[in-house]
Amino acid sequence: MKKFLSIAVASAMVAAALTGCGSNPSSDSTAPTEGTEGNAADSGASAENAAEGGAAAGGVFKIGGIGPVTGAAAVYGQAVKNAAQLAVDEINAAGGINGAQIEFNFQDDEHDAEKAVNAYNTLKDWDMQVLLGTVTSTPCTAVVEKTHEDNLFHLTPSGSAVESIQYDNAFRVCFSDPNQGTASAQYIGENKLATKVAVIYNSSDVYSSGIYQTFATEAPNQGLEIVSAEAFTADSNTDFSVQLQKAKDAGAELVFLPIYYTEASIILGQADKMGFDPLFFGCDGLDGILAVEDFDTSLAEGVMLLTPFAADAEDELTQNFVKAYQDSFGDIPNQFAADAYDGIYAIKAAIEKAGVTPDMSASDICDALKVSMTEITIDGLTGSGMTWGADGEPNKEPKAVKITDGAYAAM
Amino acid sequence: MNKMNKTTKQNMVTYAIVIIAYIIVMLLGVTGHISSLMEGLLVPLCIYVILAVSLNLVVGILGELSLGHAGFMCVGAFAGSFFSMCTKEAMPSGLRFLLALLIGAAVAAVFGILIGIPVLRLRGDYLAIVTLAFGEIIKNLMNVLYIGRDETGFHFSMKDSMALGLSPEGKTIINGPQGITGTPHDASFTIGVVLILLTLFMILNLIHSRDGRAIMAIRDNRIAAESIGINVTKYKLMAFTLSASIAGVAGVLYAHNLSTLTALPKNFGYNMSIMILVFVVLGGIGNIRGSVISAVVLTLLPELLRGLSDYRMLIYAVVLIAMMLFNWSPKAVTFRERYSLKRLLSRKETPDNHAAQ
Repeated sequence: MKKFLSIAVASAMVAAALTGCGSNPSSDSTAPTEGTEGNAADSGASAENAAEGGAAAGGVFKIGGIGPVTGAAAVYGQAVKNAAQLAVDEINAAGGINGAQIEFNFQDDEHDAEKAVNAYNTLKDWDMQVLLGTVTSTPCTAVVEKTHEDNLFHLTPSGSAVESIQYDNAFRVCFSDPNQGTASAQYIGENKLATKVAVIYNSSDVYSSGIYQTFATEAPNQGLEIVSAEAFTADSNTDFSVQLQKAKDAGAELVFLPIYYTEASIILGQADKMGFDPLFFGCDGLDGILAVEDFDTSLAEGVMLLTPFAADAEDELTQNFVKAYQDSFGDIPNQFAADAYDGIYAIKAAIEKAGVTPDMSASDICDALKVSMTEITIDGLTGSGMTWGADGEPNKEPKAVKITDGAYAAM
Repeated sequence: MNKMNKTTKQNMVTYAIVIIAYIIVMLLGVTGHISSLMEGLLVPLCIYVILAVSLNLVVGILGELSLGHAGFMCVGAFAGSFFSMCTKEAMPSGLRFLLALLIGAAVAAVFGILIGIPVLRLRGDYLAIVTLAFGEIIKNLMNVLYIGRDETGFHFSMKDSMALGLSPEGKTIINGPQGITGTPHDASFTIGVVLILLTLFMILNLIHSRDGRAIMAIRDNRIAAESIGINVTKYKLMAFTLSASIAGVAGVLYAHNLSTLTALPKNFGYNMSIMILVFVVLGGIGNIRGSVISAVVLTLLPELLRGLSDYRMLIYAVVLIAMMLFNWSPKAVTFRERYSLKRLLSRKETPDNHAAQ
């Protein structure tokens, strides 16, 4: 009995600790038993049945998706899943790829490398031919090892770490981490936004520390002086007054925030309280800040972020996408959704270019696609005239947007 | 077989279960009846079995609550993986992996001793609190640790990878939150099963040895154990360190199964420690064979339930509760005793049996 009591007490303690640091993209705060597990592939079950019949007919491309739809990073996985499904439905309604329909099966990885490999194997059992995934970087690095072994075409919408696409069968839609850091420093330098820059970054997060490192490397070349670089971790992401005070004391004119929007919304609130009003500049992780619950959007006024996608852009493509997404899923799509949407269309274009057919094996498709992927040009949501190099990196212009009157506006 | 005493027989059954499971899986593999999902799950299954069995030594046999098992796993994983990265070109993979396993075990054991020496002297549930903290500290420490290597030797930093001052040819091995990328894929199911058998052999033999009886005496009554001259701290430390070092081995296996190793809350945080504890509790505290079975079942279950999509989590939770009730509720225990398979098969007269009828 005593043993039980102690376990119960300990679990309660852990539960308390969990609630203390929830709602952070990089800390997975699922409860203990949930930790072993998440929930799955909703589209999977229905798609699977349909796919069984379709495969026999030989007229269906099987595209798999992997990403977190449960756990702390679920926002990103859900966006990718929805947007990819949207693109697949559109393509199918318009007659498919060269007449062949697409089946899309999305599996949950809970933002965990091990679960991502399980999800990948599940998709393999489903006879996946092309993979759109994974959504987050670390799982992607684990999965790319497997897709390389199996020679399966792998396009990640948003896995931004360098190693995530280290093999020739892997491509990505988003910018890489180094690319974002360098581009941010160049943008700030070229537009003479500031010379004294403070950085607040999440040292326990791959994305954040990756961008910070390249930003810091590029900054001196652009005449920027980093006056303070303060880190926080997944366990200390609720109070930023120390970091902000240091930035203020150092006389920073601009604060660079290569972090996700949840922490950024807290930083903006606390900076406002202490009367610190520099320019705030972020990367694509800040996209979504206006949708944070109970966040006073006037605080985000004037915040600049480097992102390839703005939901209120004027062009027809974006507007149609946003409208369709809102009709189907009820919220405004973020950049991850846009990446996934472009990803599906990139796969379509590459398949059409290579002329592969659904009855070819995944390995043959991969060999054809990795050549044709470098030959296509896509006008997508996240950039017009996107092309890919053999290294898998996309070539597109980063766009900076500024938050004015509670909405993203292109600069 | 008749000459064997009861415990030896029981131990043999445990080994036999593992070996038979291995043979079945291998046969399925050869005949091509195994899905990719199952194939991918084989090594993780071994890892969780090893972790559950080793934690059972502390929780079930020593009677102390440890909530930092994932921390020891983390230490072992990083130590083993770091070694493999350094000697990637210099050694054949078999020898390298063997050494990596030993290094992982040794480093985790050192941490086990460091934690155990002060804490195991205390009475009460202090070990639970300290190990919980240890797991978190290790995870955060790994997230700020940068180690690189170039021709002049190793460079360390706790700040960022630029502070390493590597020459252009240098390579960052541990890159803070990005951890270690590119660990060779040395782990295999066969190695995993061999390690499970070794773990079982060590722990089962320890339990049934003189030392094991001393450890269990401490669990049952510390004062009585002390009064007959058992060195309490020594035996506690022995069990705790062995458990930690085996967790380190599981960590090495984990690191060499995935090409990327990061200390995320998901894989090395308290969630993981609690999950291993759940395996132990549901398998039966102090029951080694139960740990093996529950680790396998509870790892497989969520993956096999993928077909249920949204209901997966719900079913899993219900199964956990049902297993808990079945294992521990007094009513269920009486029910099991009355209708146990063994009793139905051999209607031998035993005092219990008499009472039950």
